Amino acid sequence: MGVFSRRRLAAIALVATSALLSTTACGGGDEAADGGPVTLTVDVFGQFGYEKLYRQYEADHPGVKIVERGTGGNLDEYSPKLTQWLAAGKGAGDVVAIEEGLLVEYKANPQNFVNLLDHGAADLKGNFLEWKWNGGLTADGKQLIGLGTDVGGMAICYRKDLFAAAGLPVDRDAVSKLWPTWQDYVRVGEQFTAKNTGAAFLDAATNTFNTILLQTAGNTTGYSYYDTTDKLVVDSNPAVRQAYDTTVDIIDSGLSGRYGAWSEEWVSAFKQAKFATIACPAWMTGVIEGNAGPDAKGKWDIAQVPGSGGNWGGSYLAVPKQSRHQAEAIALARFLTSAKGQIGAFQEKGPLPSSPQALDDPAIVNSTNAYFSDAPVGKIFAAGAKSLKPVYMGPKNQAVRTEVENAVRTVELGQRNPAQGWTDATNNARKAAAK
Amino acid sequence: MVVQVEGRPPRAAKARGRGPAREHRLARLDVRYSPYLYVTPFFLLFAIFGAYPLVYTFWVSLHDWDLLGVDPTFIGTQNYTQLLADADFWHSVVNTLGIFVISTVPQLLAALWLANLLNRRLRARTTWRMAVLVPNVTSTAAVAIVFAVLFGREFGMINWLLDLVGIDAIDWKANRFAAWTAISAMVDWRWTGYNALIFLAAMQAIPRDLYESASIDGAGRARQFWSITVPLLKPTIIFAVIISTIGGLQLFTEPRLFNSGTNAIRGGPLRESQTVTMYMFENAFAPHYNFGYGSAVAWLLFALIAVVAAINVLILRRLGGGARKGDR
Repeated sequence: MGVFSRRRLAAIALVATSALLSTTACGGGDEAADGGPVTLTVDVFGQFGYEKLYRQYEADHPGVKIVERGTGGNLDEYSPKLTQWLAAGKGAGDVVAIEEGLLVEYKANPQNFVNLLDHGAADLKGNFLEWKWNGGLTADGKQLIGLGTDVGGMAICYRKDLFAAAGLPVDRDAVSKLWPTWQDYVRVGEQFTAKNTGAAFLDAATNTFNTILLQTAGNTTGYSYYDTTDKLVVDSNPAVRQAYDTTVDIIDSGLSGRYGAWSEEWVSAFKQAKFATIACPAWMTGVIEGNAGPDAKGKWDIAQVPGSGGNWGGSYLAVPKQSRHQAEAIALARFLTSAKGQIGAFQEKGPLPSSPQALDDPAIVNSTNAYFSDAPVGKIFAAGAKSLKPVYMGPKNQAVRTEVENAVRTVELGQRNPAQGWTDATNNARKAAAK
Repeated sequence: MVVQVEGRPPRAAKARGRGPAREHRLARLDVRYSPYLYVTPFFLLFAIFGAYPLVYTFWVSLHDWDLLGVDPTFIGTQNYTQLLADADFWHSVVNTLGIFVISTVPQLLAALWLANLLNRRLRARTTWRMAVLVPNVTSTAAVAIVFAVLFGREFGMINWLLDLVGIDAIDWKANRFAAWTAISAMVDWRWTGYNALIFLAAMQAIPRDLYESASIDGAGRARQFWSITVPLLKPTIIFAVIISTIGGLQLFTEPRLFNSGTNAIRGGPLRESQTVTMYMFENAFAPHYNFGYGSAVAWLLFALIAVVAAINVLILRRLGGGARKGDR
């Protein structure tokens, strides 16, 4: 007994010591700071379309190697990780992508990021749409945290084969004419559903809700859950209520496939052609291509969004202060967010440029997307991009949005009726904002 | 034990001169203190990786602490009072206890039954014994992802099978009890074999002659199991229950990966399967980044585990106590 436990103790001690050693080894894993080759880590989520740009940059800058992490990942999983890295002072990449809805929260603690204005970024102002540039600035305008990558101009992506099966037109101009307003969109959906194609008209009510909200808010108040004085206005902003009511119409007409956005089922539903339309910000085209796979090439097309305009999403690139290679990282971020970089990303995965020069570039204007039946994506997305009306986002935008969209989801699943759902949305939003 | 007996210096040494006396003192020091030295590595590691985080978490829980913020403000027990009145927190406690009960009870019973089977004379016994452990060595993440797909609403195999026997599809993720059941299935798949092996080891330590005498007295297999095996396994069962309690109440990976997509950390639109650890994560990290509040959740979870473990031990003592008296 005594011998056995001693041996076991020794084994435990050995395991523990080696664990300790390996953690310290991880901590010291950085390569030499000067002289030697530099490896820059870029943290992203979803599809940024930088692969070719990295290779080009590496060719132009011998001694720089670029590694991207998080490609194809979910924003919901990416943002807590990034926050933990920032809080721990260790672990974040040299360049990190930040979605606009989360940027507002990071801006409250700008000490975690390099002030790009200290590195001559002020000259770059003209390279970005004005509101996109301003979005990267802290409230006092003294620190620039991020350089804009893309904006999320809206459209509706639809499956032609399912439209044909339901006896609807398949040509993109004809489809666009079907739905000048969201009410028309609901009516078309009802026609589609009546034909029992075995597919739903749209993927999930939450995605459509967010699209309608951002569009309505952009066209009216200019803010969504918070007003510009950072007061929570979920229950008093008519844009929120209007988007909610329209979404309830969609749900009541049975148009939604009720696939939880970004879930495994949602991904499967793309593959199995289980819904016919999806609210489609420019960056969504890359997501669709990834989820629906090469087999569905040429079966998708892009039509205009009901209503007009609207912006959903779009990101920034920032350099955390903890980066050991700040100068190199800033140079890379500048390259990736330059007009040229944005055009390259657009051509690869479809995120719409936030640079007016890029938006005017023939490479964008005349571009088509082979996956989406050669749809003139340049014309569809870029045309409206310069007149996009941004929506102001308040300090706890993400937490509040989560609560409101969850309420929409409970109505969609039939767990709550629309009135209860609205009460939940406003109450839970208030609670979340106070946390 | 052996070490101590051998290391004890002979008594006669006392009578000798100065030199040996010093040696003697050293030997006594060795006897008295070296055991502490031997156990030090554990306590050192525990202090660094166990005690310090525990105390630090408590310190954090007394603050209004934004994860990215610069200077947290001390707010005393405010996080705790707020938490005790937080309906979502209690909802997650009920979820955790619910999943714990419907996973642990069948799991330990099945483990006991499996162990009893494995304890018989079987062909290729070792193979069977190793086979029950296989689920335990697969990665939790892989298990959770596969089960999440099996329990899918539209494309899941379970619903397809239910459909074959004429039962309507169940939305496993948006129905509280269904979600608990699905997660419990995952937990049980993973841990039943592990507990069975622990029970088996204890069973093998039970003297064979007890069974022999019992069968001479006319006791059948079932009677032997309940009157000999189970009472003598009591310490092991208590151990298994406590370990399952700790694991069950800290359940995170299975329910987290069972819910995919946006806000998976909420465990469903109405928090159907959000456990306490998920609630802690939701508050300490995305989307709230309220480190102080999250730490308070962690401490209340600690208290909850202590209470539930104590209740378990009390119940088992009472149950086992009666059986033992009858046997003697």
